[in-house]
Amino acid sequence: MISDFLERLFLGQDDTTSRDNVKSRLKIVLAQDRANLSPEMMEAMRREIVEVVSRYVEIDTEGLNFCLESDQRATALIANLPIRRIKLEPDPKPLADTDTPGLDPQLELPGMSASESSRGFSDDSSSPPDIDLSL
Amino acid sequence: MGRIIVITSGKGGVGKTTCSANLGMALAKLNHSVALIDADFGLRNLDLLLGLENRVVYTALEVLAGQCRLEQALVKDKRLNDLVLLPAAQNRNKDAVTPEQMKQLAYALTKKYDYVLIDCPAGIEMGFQNAIAAADEALIVTTPEISAVRDADRVVGLLEAHHVKTINLIVNRIRPAMVQANDMMSVHDVQEILAIPLIGIIPDDEQVIVATNRGEPLVLSDNFSLSGVALQNIAQRIEGKDIDFLDLDAPYDTIFSRLRRFFKK
Ligand SMILES: Nc1ncnc2c1ncn2[C@@H]1O[C@H](COP(=O)(O)OP(=O)(O)OP(=O)(O)O)[C@@H](O)[C@H]1O
Ligand SMILES: [Mg+2]
Repeated sequence: MISDFLERLFLGQDDTTSRDNVKSRLKIVLAQDRANLSPEMMEAMRREIVEVVSRYVEIDTEGLNFCLESDQRATALIANLPIRRIKLEPDPKPLADTDTPGLDPQLELPGMSASESSRGFSDDSSSPPDIDLSL
Repeated sequence: MGRIIVITSGKGGVGKTTCSANLGMALAKLNHSVALIDADFGLRNLDLLLGLENRVVYTALEVLAGQCRLEQALVKDKRLNDLVLLPAAQNRNKDAVTPEQMKQLAYALTKKYDYVLIDCPAGIEMGFQNAIAAADEALIVTTPEISAVRDADRVVGLLEAHHVKTINLIVNRIRPAMVQANDMMSVHDVQEILAIPLIGIIPDDEQVIVATNRGEPLVLSDNFSLSGVALQNIAQRIEGKDIDFLDLDAPYDTIFSRLRRFFKK
């Protein structure tokens, strides 16, 4: 899955067939559907990950790529962060991140299965009339 | 107790009703008793595909309103006496019934029929929820197109959340020449992406339209068709038989003549 992604990234899409195109588009759109992550959550996560990585290396923000991809009903977060320069020493950690709630800046998301991402609905029943179900 | 199987897809027009009609007929031909429920309230089609439209008197709605017995509403097929259709109302919308009511109908039918097949409407709203409420098993119909596969994936998630245990995939309208030219996803591509077991592959076939025109499902027709064989194979896999998949990637003429020879024997 990752090699697929890198291949696409580096070889460009020009010589790919429409069958390859549709497969990679589907994988990305399904990963998002299955994970059920809101665009706001994705963006917050992206920002924090970039922030953490930027303490150690200088990132080329132009070439940044960040998406979910999925295979065999498992979802992975794939981040491609091209590095311009390694820093000699990491920047200091920001003070206790009290004002940034929630997400742990880890590059791997805990397994998100389809069942977790799908939503249930309740079977609402109303009072039934007299029905003759005899056969 | 009969098995309750819902035929669903998410996206409209991918072949749910075609599969319901043919699989119902094919299972009946294999000597099982079959009840087909049309759950597409307001847009009923199953009666047309079966050629039973002139024989519909009552529908599920009258049964649920207590205006007739379930038995009275069942349309019996003259060609196969172990097949019945419970028609949907055409003049009401999908909110006319509840999931609980659909369960009552389906459970009552399992007492007498080996298979209760439910033809689900498109979408994931009320009509879908009604159709899947009673089902233990689902057949997901999709075509090898991006929107159909995406919707199928959504439906798989919803079915899993509803504890439908057995979910199998039918890939319909495959065009082998386009797959070979890398202009269409292959069955393998679709199956790999959806990651549910495959139970059938149906080629895109003009005979499907001819059969619909006549109101005579392909599996009943004397004329040989690849899609008819594909559907009969699915019925046998539903029974639990291990049947090889048709090799649609072989040049069309080859499989066609090979199969024809096989059937003449
Ligand atoms: N294998 C096939 N080859 C050619 N045409 C097909 C095939 N399968 C289905 N069709 C055609 O596609 C159309 C839609 O089929 P069908 O009514 O079975 O779909 P559906 O999923 O039940 O639609 P809806 O969502 O509206 O209920 C019909 O015109 C049918 O003849
Ligand atoms: Mg239909």
